[in-house]
Amino acid sequence: MKDSVFKVLTNKKIAKNTYEMTLRGDVSDISAPGQFVNVKLDGFYLRRPISVCNVEGDVLTLIYKAVGRGTELMAEMTGGEELLTLTGLGNGYDTKKSGDKPLLVGGGAGVPPMYLLCRELVKEGKHPTVILGFGSSDEVFYEDEFKALGAEVIVTTVDGSYGIKGFVTDAFSGLSPTYFYTCGPEPMLKAVYDKSECSGSFSFEERMGCGFGACMGCSCKTKYGNKRICRDGPVLEKEEIIW
Amino acid sequence: MVNTKVTLCGVEIDNPIIPASGTFGFGYEFAELYDINVLGSLSFKGTTLEPRFGNPTPRIAECPEGMLNAVGLQNPGVDKVKECELPKLREVFHKPVMANVSGFSEYEYVTTVEKLDSEPDIAWFEVNISCPNVHGGGMSFGTSCQSAEAITRAVRRVTKKPLIIKLSPNVTDIVSIAKACEAGGADGISLINTLLGMRIDLKKRRPILANTTGGYSGPAVLPVAVRMVYQVYDAVKIPLVGMGGVSRAEDVIEFMLAGATAVEVGAANLVDPFASKKIIDELPLVMEKYGIKNLSEIIGGAH
Repeated sequence: MKDSVFKVLTNKKIAKNTYEMTLRGDVSDISAPGQFVNVKLDGFYLRRPISVCNVEGDVLTLIYKAVGRGTELMAEMTGGEELLTLTGLGNGYDTKKSGDKPLLVGGGAGVPPMYLLCRELVKEGKHPTVILGFGSSDEVFYEDEFKALGAEVIVTTVDGSYGIKGFVTDAFSGLSPTYFYTCGPEPMLKAVYDKSECSGSFSFEERMGCGFGACMGCSCKTKYGNKRICRDGPVLEKEEIIW
Repeated sequence: MVNTKVTLCGVEIDNPIIPASGTFGFGYEFAELYDINVLGSLSFKGTTLEPRFGNPTPRIAECPEGMLNAVGLQNPGVDKVKECELPKLREVFHKPVMANVSGFSEYEYVTTVEKLDSEPDIAWFEVNISCPNVHGGGMSFGTSCQSAEAITRAVRRVTKKPLIIKLSPNVTDIVSIAKACEAGGADGISLINTLLGMRIDLKKRRPILANTTGGYSGPAVLPVAVRMVYQVYDAVKIPLVGMGGVSRAEDVIEFMLAGATAVEVGAANLVDPFASKKIIDELPLVMEKYGIKNLSEIIGGAH
C-alpha cells in the first residue's frame, strides 16, 4: 500500500454517466488485477474506492460511474488535477486459477477490473471469454477494447437494445469455462453463482471507511470466518461465500 | 529540544499521541506502513467477552468533515485477542498498550478485564461505556451516573492497573458522569466517543446505515470534544485523555490546553493511514512555534 499523488492526464465520458480517467503516478504497489485505489477528493472526508481498470507504465486507468457527489466532482475534472491516492488495496484476482478457457463476467461498474484481468490472462497465453452486461445500449463501453486484447466478447443489455437481451447469465449457454471471474452488482454475482458450474472468483462492493482493513466498516461473513471486503477481499472464492 | 513526554496515570509515555480504539485494529497492519513504536501508546480494538460480528452493512457513511460508523464492536472476543491478536501486536509494538474493553453486562466488563489483567503489555484499561452502535450495552452504561459508577466500581475490584473510563458525549451532563466514574474509583477519563448521528440516502429514501444510526467522528466534532474536556477538567482530579477529530499537532495542543494529559487520534487514521505518525513528527515544530518546551506543562493551560 502506498499513498501518493497522481496527476490527472485525461478524463472523458465513454458511456452514460461513465467516465474513463487516466492518471500518472507511482503504480508500483498495484500487484494484481481486481485491486482498487482509494482517491481523496477535496471537500470529502472519506476517500472514494475505485477499481483498477488498467496500468501501463506509470499510467493508471480508472473507469467510474458518476453516481454521487464525489464521483460527480471527479467527472468535472479536465486534466492537471492532483489526487492523493492510496494504491495497492485489496487482494485482487489470481490468474493462476484460470485454466485455459476462463470466463470473465462484468456488469456495469464491474466491467473495468475485468480489463486488466483479461490483459493479464491473454499475456499468460490463456483464452478468455468476456461477458459484459449493461442496462441499455447507451451504457455499453469497452467492447472494442476487450476485443483488441484478443478475447471473445459477448455483450448483454437488460432492455435488449444492444447485444443479447437479458442478464449476463442469459449468455452462459454453450460456454464451458475452466474457471470464471466476476464483478458487478450483488444480484448479478448471486445469479452468476447460481448458474455457474465451475469454480470462480467474485469481487464484492461495500461502503468502506478506510479501504485498508483498519475500521471494520466493510466486514462480511464467509465460510472461512469474518472477512474485510477491502483487505481480505474484494475478491472472494466461490467456495467461501455465504449469501 | 522540546520534551513531548507525559505521564498518564503514573505511566510515562514518549508523547501523548494514542491511536483511538477501533481505528487502528491491533496495530500490526499499520506496522507494515511505519514503525508504530513512534506512538505514545495505542488503544486496541474494543474487546468483548464473546466474539462479535457487529452490525449488518452498510456500516459507514460520509459526512461533512467526518464520517458515521456503525461497526458495532466487531472483535474476535477476549480469548482470541489474548491468543492471536496480542502476540502479533507484541511483535511490532514494544510500548505500554491501552486495552479497550466493552460489554453488555457488568459481568462481561468484569470478566473481560480479569482475563486481560495478566497481560504484561497492558498498562491501562480503557473501559468503553459509550459505544452508540450496540443495543443493551455500550452507551447505555455511560448515560446515567448510577450505571457509570457501578461499572467503574465493579471493574475496579478486579484490576490494579490504571482504569480509564471512556465517556459518551450523548448525555445531558457529561460532568456529572465523569464525577460518578471518579467516585467509583476510576484513575482517568477518556472522552469523547462518537456523537450519535444519521444520514439518509436521497435516492432510496432510507437511512444509509443498516443500523439506521451511527457514531459521528472526524474534525467536525472537535469543538464539542474540546468543550467537554474543558468542562470535565474543572470537575475531576483524575487525568483526562482527550479525543474527537484530532488530525494535526495543533489539535493535540488544543486538547491539552483544555485539560487532556494524552490525546487519541481516531478517524484521521482511516483517511490517512500515516496520520498518527505525521502528528508526532509535526509536534516538536508546533511546540516550538507556540513556545512550549515541556508538553506536560500545558495540560489544562487554558483554564
